Amino acid sequence: MLAWTIYISFIGVLVLMLLPREAARAARIIALLTAIAGCAVAFVGAMQQANPGEVITIVKVPWIPSLGANYFLAADGISLVLVVLTGLAAIAGILFSWNIEKRTKEFFAYYLALIGGVYGVFLSFDVLLLFVFYELTIIPKYFLIARWGSTRKEYGAMKLALYSFVGSHLVLIGLIAAWVVARAQTGHATLDLMELSKVSFPLGFQHWVFPLVFVGFGILAGLWPFHTWAPTGHVAAPTAGSMLLAGVVMKLGAYGCLRVAMVLFPDGARMWQGEIAALAVIGIIYGAGVALVQKDFKFVIGYSSVSHMGFVLLGLATLNTIGLSGAVLQMFSHGIIAGLLFAVVGRMVYDRTHTRDFNDLQTMQLGKLLPFAGVTFVLAGVASMGLPGFSGFVAELQVLMGAWKVFPKTTMLAGVGIVAGVAYTLRAVQKAFYSDAVVPEKSGHDHPLEPISMPERIGAVMLITASLVIGLFPGLLLNWIQPCLNSPLFERLLKGGLL
Amino acid sequence: MNLPWLTILILVPLFGGIIVAGVGAEQRRLARGLTLAFSLVGLTGALCLWQHFNAASGELQFVERHDWVPSLGIQYFLGVDGLGLLMVMLTAIVVPLSILASWRIDDRAHIYDALVLWLQAGLFGTFTALNFFHWFLFWELVLIPAFFLIKLWGGPKRGPAATQFFIYTMVGSVTLLLSFLAIRLATGSFDFIELANMAKRGEITAKLGDAIGWQSHIGLLVFFGAFLGFAVKVPVVPFHTWLPGAYTEAPSPVTMLLTGVMSKMGVYGFLRILLPIFPEQMRLVLTPLMWLAVLTIVLSACTAFAQRDLKRILAYSSINHLGYCLLALFAVTGAAAGVNQPELQKAAALDGVLLQMFNHGLTASSLFLFVWLIEKRSGGLRGLEDFGGIRKIVPVFTGLMGIALFSSLGLPGLNGFVGEFLIFKGVFPLAPWAAALSTIGLLVTAVFLLTLIQRVFCGPLNGRWAQMPDLTRRERLLVAVPIVLMFVLGIWPQLVLGTVDATVVKMVQQLNF
Repeated sequence: MLAWTIYISFIGVLVLMLLPREAARAARIIALLTAIAGCAVAFVGAMQQANPGEVITIVKVPWIPSLGANYFLAADGISLVLVVLTGLAAIAGILFSWNIEKRTKEFFAYYLALIGGVYGVFLSFDVLLLFVFYELTIIPKYFLIARWGSTRKEYGAMKLALYSFVGSHLVLIGLIAAWVVARAQTGHATLDLMELSKVSFPLGFQHWVFPLVFVGFGILAGLWPFHTWAPTGHVAAPTAGSMLLAGVVMKLGAYGCLRVAMVLFPDGARMWQGEIAALAVIGIIYGAGVALVQKDFKFVIGYSSVSHMGFVLLGLATLNTIGLSGAVLQMFSHGIIAGLLFAVVGRMVYDRTHTRDFNDLQTMQLGKLLPFAGVTFVLAGVASMGLPGFSGFVAELQVLMGAWKVFPKTTMLAGVGIVAGVAYTLRAVQKAFYSDAVVPEKSGHDHPLEPISMPERIGAVMLITASLVIGLFPGLLLNWIQPCLNSPLFERLLKGGLL
Repeated sequence: MNLPWLTILILVPLFGGIIVAGVGAEQRRLARGLTLAFSLVGLTGALCLWQHFNAASGELQFVERHDWVPSLGIQYFLGVDGLGLLMVMLTAIVVPLSILASWRIDDRAHIYDALVLWLQAGLFGTFTALNFFHWFLFWELVLIPAFFLIKLWGGPKRGPAATQFFIYTMVGSVTLLLSFLAIRLATGSFDFIELANMAKRGEITAKLGDAIGWQSHIGLLVFFGAFLGFAVKVPVVPFHTWLPGAYTEAPSPVTMLLTGVMSKMGVYGFLRILLPIFPEQMRLVLTPLMWLAVLTIVLSACTAFAQRDLKRILAYSSINHLGYCLLALFAVTGAAAGVNQPELQKAAALDGVLLQMFNHGLTASSLFLFVWLIEKRSGGLRGLEDFGGIRKIVPVFTGLMGIALFSSLGLPGLNGFVGEFLIFKGVFPLAPWAAALSTIGLLVTAVFLLTLIQRVFCGPLNGRWAQMPDLTRRERLLVAVPIVLMFVLGIWPQLVLGTVDATVVKMVQQLNF
């Protein structure tokens, strides 16, 4: 059933391509319906999975038998969380790009292709298939930014594409090496994640191949110092593009780190644990610190994503159940909240005021002109600060608890990052919406701002509700995540393999 | 009658706020009326609780306990003992007063009112929740409305004041959170009551050492993290620098809430969390803590003396008054070797703390109410030198504010006296040097409050205010409520002490090991 999330998205792409060029409205509606259908399938499929701790095979047919590659889609609880996130983010992204007039149908075709690829990555349990879907997402995201973006869009798009390619080549080298070693050890070729995870790779091999694969995926997760694509890419992208980049594409990287790098090379993960934690915490503090001094509203959110993904990586580095569970929850939470933040900045503010410079925004009194945008940003900001009641808190709580156990000093540094996070959010709230700056005479209300439209309202309410529900009832997702972490797939990672 | 009373008490202002926010800016009167109605429902609820509260028992009452997120040890756990009930009562009394005082704030009135109601919900929650996660939710919930009330309706320097207030408090909250995560990791529990019992058996430090390492240092580190969270909120010198700005810039009705109830959150945290969970660590650093309390008392009094703005004077005086609470709090953690009947002294000191919390809430918020009334008459002027001799023009105002000032000064017969008396009675035998030094604070307080009376009300009349109207009938009714309570509690403190006695006895037992 869950496989239909992928198929529906690509069917949507086909239908959109058949539409006549002028049919912008039809394109929007078809895209929205496709996304809703995908999300509904994701929900229903997730609900049907009786035992989220188990990897349930959806489809498994031989693909390239000589390599041992299968078309193998499956899902466990962690996949479910991310598939549901993708479904929600996809709908929200379309609602916030309702005003795209330029080549609408192509925009949505690329958009749905990206979504389809993302679903594919989260559901693949064959490393080659996962890699193919992973690569597939690079193309639509390049075109989305290069064609519909703003502010140095070609540069941002190219930088993102190049970083992604470098990352995926590191991954590819690592996977080929793993395939060779696994074949030498077991005597038959396999690319099946479940089978590979049972292979005991030699320690020396894991020592060099783990960082290769981890960093390869980590680039897309905003791992410091390979994060620099993220702020420029996010800023250059159109609103829906930044929402997807921050909301799900960065999760692809983190998911790859966990599902492939860490599960296949658990001892390698243990050897490099300290280094990953250090990079993660540098990312947290650096991202927050840089966000604190930005002049461009969107750059603040861009760097905040780097900071928040640092918590995901820190959670991964703890290598204990609570930390990993926090990391997965943080992926979900950041996906929702960052999406919302980008929606406010890109759609609600920038599309109306045509500026993202704090110096200009300060004089506009947006809190009074666009009260809905102000309130939404405050709520999203509060959620992003990690205040209790919202999903970010439960996630950070678990990550930090896990981190206390392994890296007490690092944990305290992460606390500094949280405080900096509060500071930049507060600064953005004040500068963009509730500034006390004196309004200059001429910038009157000669062009009244277009009021917040219904799709925007629906999208914002949907995302805030999702964050609140998970913040107040984290059990809904933890019941999916935690049984997974106790499953055999993660046993060697959490209980220690050879080491 | 097994309704979840405390949940209802919290939900009324929470949903009330949502309804009021939805009323819209056009129907200001409706929004105001609804807000007052919701806050009065809260007051009635609190009175009912008080009525049904069994004062003879120091145990938790009206307990509600359900599993929430079992895998993280999170429970929905509400309950009140004498301390919690007293704070709920204080909140329920101060909030309607503040709402009535802000009746004429017209700018986005519905949002203002909604924020006040959410603040009240957060306060009710903070004083009743007993599981860290649940409690922290409300602790932080209070912060957001308070920030916006200062930021959007404050005075000229509201922006920096609100930011400073928010950042300081958040730093404290983050260290508090990190500490509790370490505790949860080590003990597997977020439950304040369970943790207190573990601490009584001396298990927490050992468990922290086992789970994280660094042996005894980790215990202290975790303690300091939690300490900072509460110390910023109370505030304790030197973490107080956010307070004068926030209290001064906030509109006075909001300052009533800040000083009347929010500052009690810190003291409440000390009593409910720090004292029971970290007695070992507190004993280790008792002397520096006592010095901090003395410093808080003396420095804030002296600084208040040097101020020229009525609100700043009262702000520093507020720090000073809560300093006495801290003094007693720290003193009771000491081993009290060689003290005659230490239990009695400790009980007296703690009785004093609870009484002082309530009294200060009442007195300080009514003082800010008076400043608000005078601000409205003077067009925002509130410098010490701006007035002079107005007692002839506004005799009723002078008389009533005089009563509040004398209550703050600790005149016998008014409420302020009993609390401070009990605190000093308890602290003198427990820590004579600290009590002796703290009396300087009492003295300086008397000096600056009398100076205030002299400069504002006495002396030659400042001609500008010859036409100043005295209190209207509605204003008289409004201020009558706290003034009457001041007399009642001054003459019959048993009203409060009777409620908290059993709780205090239990607290003292908890500390003895």
